Amino acid sequence: MSESHDTKNAHAGHADVDHHVRAAYYVFGSLLVLTGFTVGAYFLHLPHKLAITLALLIATVKGTLVAAWFMHLVSERKMIFWMLGLTAVLFFPLLLLPTLTVLDRIMLR
Amino acid sequence: MSMEIPYTVDVRPDTGLTNGKLGIWLFLASEVMLFGALFASYVMLRVGAHEWPAGATYLNIPLATLNTVILISSSVTMVLAWASLAKRDFSRFRVFMGITILCGLGFLVIKYFEYTSKFHHGYFPATNTFLGVYFTLTGLHGLHVIGGMAVNGYLWGPGSALWKTDPVHFTNRVENAGLFWHLVDLVWIFLFPILYLL
Repeated sequence: MSESHDTKNAHAGHADVDHHVRAAYYVFGSLLVLTGFTVGAYFLHLPHKLAITLALLIATVKGTLVAAWFMHLVSERKMIFWMLGLTAVLFFPLLLLPTLTVLDRIMLR
Repeated sequence: MSMEIPYTVDVRPDTGLTNGKLGIWLFLASEVMLFGALFASYVMLRVGAHEWPAGATYLNIPLATLNTVILISSSVTMVLAWASLAKRDFSRFRVFMGITILCGLGFLVIKYFEYTSKFHHGYFPATNTFLGVYFTLTGLHGLHVIGGMAVNGYLWGPGSALWKTDPVHFTNRVENAGLFWHLVDLVWIFLFPILYLL
């Protein structure tokens, strides 16, 4: 795997590119369907906690599809994952620590 | 003395990446932290509020749904623009990149109508916390859309001259611009439900 990944991408064989394009169409279809689910779930007027969980779950699935296929993370180099891993390590405390300070209020709802 | 940036086409042996790709991913990581901080603030403000209005009280769900579809579509056309270059078809690249830029413009036009409708009804960022959060998050996201369109516009127009001299370098640039554009899409995927639907 010493060959340049980017150079490989830029010079990607037609079959490789066609595979990317086909995957992009599948992801596109999935994202549209999941957007439909998100909006549809809103009109079901589900209980508040369930609605939040469902909406965030669908958004996470959609985000994962975008990152994995559109941003090519499924076939990306290890270096990128180290970087994203470090970001995640810093991101979750950023998101969770402030939330923990008001956890009692969340649990009461 | 040459000031050429190294490793724009070939990868650096130690990172396994071109400098451009490493740079854009570092930038995207910083963007995740930026929006992460704002999402954390949103959670804090919402949980701490005595009451929090449903998004639909102020916001237009059909228009936001349309904007979601537009951004998702633009992500696909961005992939197709890159794929066209990888298949050495510059004219198809021009078409798909053009559609991507138009989608971005469409998104902003809809956002303009949304914003002016709010202002017309007397809803401003200072009106209440919900609207403050809404305008901050969507405003910052809108700025990212404008930034992405500027880069895409450059690559569609004057920047495409590089295709004639160094097609691989140009293709890598388009891929990196695409990574940013997909992040803009990804952020909206989370903004849409938390602001409009919850």
